Amino acid sequence: MFLTRPLRRAPAFGLLAVLALAACAPGQSTGGGGGGGKIGGTVHVLAVWAGSEQDSFMAVLKPFEDRTGIKVEYESTRDLDATLLTRVQAGNPPEVTGAPSVGTLNKLASQGKLVSLDNIVDMNALKSQYADTWVKLGQGPGGKLYQIFSWAAMKGLVWYNPKSFQAKGYTAPKTWADFTALVSKIKADGTTPLCITLESGAASGWPGSDWIKEIVLSQSGPTVYDNWWQGKQKWTSTEIKQAWQTFGQLMGPGAGNVFGGPNYMVSTNFGDVGTPMFASPPKCYMLNQGSFITDFFVKANPSLKPAQDFTFFTLPPINSSYAGSTVMAGDGFAMTKNTPQSRELIKYLTTAEAQSIWVKRGGKISPNKNVPNSDYPDDISKQVATALGAAKIADFDAGDLMPADMRNAWWGKVLDFVKDQSKLDSILADLDKVQASSSTG
Amino acid sequence: MDVGTLLTVQLPTLLVVIIGVPAVLAGYIVLGEFLVRRLPDEARPRVRPWLWVGPALAFVGLFLVYPAVGTIIRSLYDKGGGTFVGLRNYASVLSLSDFPSSSSVWIAIRDNAYWLVFYTILALLFGLLLAVLSDRVPYETPVKSLIFMPMAISFTALAVIWRFMFSYQPPGAPQTGTLNAIVTGLFHAQPITWVQDERVNNFALIAAAVWGITGFVMVILSASLKGIPAELLEAARVDGAGEITIFRRVILPLLMPTITVVGTTLVIFALKAFDIVYVMTAGNYHTDVLANAMYKTLYLAQNFANSSAIAVILLIAVIPVLIFNLRQFRAVEARR
Repeated sequence: MFLTRPLRRAPAFGLLAVLALAACAPGQSTGGGGGGGKIGGTVHVLAVWAGSEQDSFMAVLKPFEDRTGIKVEYESTRDLDATLLTRVQAGNPPEVTGAPSVGTLNKLASQGKLVSLDNIVDMNALKSQYADTWVKLGQGPGGKLYQIFSWAAMKGLVWYNPKSFQAKGYTAPKTWADFTALVSKIKADGTTPLCITLESGAASGWPGSDWIKEIVLSQSGPTVYDNWWQGKQKWTSTEIKQAWQTFGQLMGPGAGNVFGGPNYMVSTNFGDVGTPMFASPPKCYMLNQGSFITDFFVKANPSLKPAQDFTFFTLPPINSSYAGSTVMAGDGFAMTKNTPQSRELIKYLTTAEAQSIWVKRGGKISPNKNVPNSDYPDDISKQVATALGAAKIADFDAGDLMPADMRNAWWGKVLDFVKDQSKLDSILADLDKVQASSSTG
Repeated sequence: MDVGTLLTVQLPTLLVVIIGVPAVLAGYIVLGEFLVRRLPDEARPRVRPWLWVGPALAFVGLFLVYPAVGTIIRSLYDKGGGTFVGLRNYASVLSLSDFPSSSSVWIAIRDNAYWLVFYTILALLFGLLLAVLSDRVPYETPVKSLIFMPMAISFTALAVIWRFMFSYQPPGAPQTGTLNAIVTGLFHAQPITWVQDERVNNFALIAAAVWGITGFVMVILSASLKGIPAELLEAARVDGAGEITIFRRVILPLLMPTITVVGTTLVIFALKAFDIVYVMTAGNYHTDVLANAMYKTLYLAQNFANSSAIAVILLIAVIPVLIFNLRQFRAVEARR
């Protein structure tokens, strides 16, 4: 970028300003606090949550701030990977980063830019409170722990309004055949069956990628799924192509099964996906989104009651041998700078006490076994927590596991696919090229 | 912000900046002049300019030349930075096998070309039109202030504003975007996805950028217009020239040097386009530009080799314009 900037007239004192700046470099360190067990000081946290999610995260931090006297400076960005990498490369990382992609974290860990948490958190307590999957997911290169998970979201949940289902005599499908039959029936009754919205700033397209990864897992199983995110299974392979085609058939030709068609899908924010479903009469009957979406339902329409106005069924298995498979996502925390304050915060975020706060506010599931089912604010979140616990094949979000450029290219291609399904072959060939170049890094 | 940090860290820093910087600056000048005076008479005029221009040169060298050379060198090495690969990164970035695909740099080059042509021409056209027309009305100042106002908005805010302007609702639903409200309400046509439709989106983005820059073009051209002597225009009128002839034969030729300088500056802006694209589409839907492609290659793919190559391509594209601009600027100065 510096290359294209017009020649700047450098003020004569520029160099001296640099010297002056060097003098204030140690400005980050903070003095220790007083007694009473208060540590004091500041900890900088970078994460993706904004709006109501940010309010919930702040509520989680409140007791921590009160007890330790540590002030949390929170910064929010939707472009987390780029922001984090820029800050790390500039030598100015935040102390703690929330919910980055696992691919990015592994890259940073292998560059020695992450603090290993093995000696910071109580590993025995962690192992007793969390399922093995979560501990393993947090481990990066060399088997060291780099990430702890405070919350999880379950993906592949199909949300519907039970009242409108009842009014039309529809029932929640148990099998994939039932599901596609229901889609056709709603379509025949004169309404678009599905709602899918894809706009999300620089991350636009990701809700469509959720459909595809869920289909891959339940159609071709965990082995194909793992090989695929690890870059060993090509996008043009039969299994992955089949998943895109299944998604395409579900949307119908020209995305005719989806409310608003391709134009509305690509131009509407993912958070607004439920609006047409709760309209009267409903403009669509089902939508597939992670467990967090209930938060958006209620914020947009406070009169909605969980279980009465919205409930879910898990996306039915396509291949019966992979029944009970689910894609999940986790909100992990990594330490990018080791300070007494960041150590305290990381420890706090592993506790059931911290996690319960957001669980009670709704929209989050805790992976911690010590968070009781009674903490969930409504029947729906209790059901989600139970469903996550009951999942036979739980695999982590493939997009978060892939290298960031692979994942972003995928998101972008979802948009192209939704607009013109006939381009599938060239889309997959392009993704193969990205896969080849990003895995040889 | 706690008081401890304020007193122990921030206040001293502030003092260093306020007192220290001017002090060191004065010290540099006094000491420099002191040394220059001790030189023999004939050497002094040769050394003194370097004394004064030195800090600026060091600044430009450190923050512009050094990283630019570093980028050029980096672009000739592989991803890891260890092996010299010659021009292979350029070949991979500009690979012809990628030609029609949206992930390729070729789309970015095509879109930069759109920006170059339409952004420059439209901004110049509107700027010139507004400068000439506002010159002829008594309420010139308020008109010019109003049109100049978007200049005060950052590109990011501008892009956010225009996303609302371009926003889309399905046919039949009330349109929340100004443009689609006009399209459906006034023309009874189907709403258009301005930002996503590949037939119009590049032009929609460029239109937003033109809206932001027109005021700047207008102000500069207007200033130059004021410099044209009234007697000259009077003389033309006395000779029987119509207003259009006067514009074509008198005003336009006299404005030409300024138009060229502004035009080349706009070309550089067009090549640097990033903010609006990043905020409005993130380069999706075939709206990518080189700067955004470089950003993605650098931060998402972390491919320093290819992103350096894209940076150098941008640099090479800008250099001729820069040289032309500097020459033109000098020519205008010389005419004064």
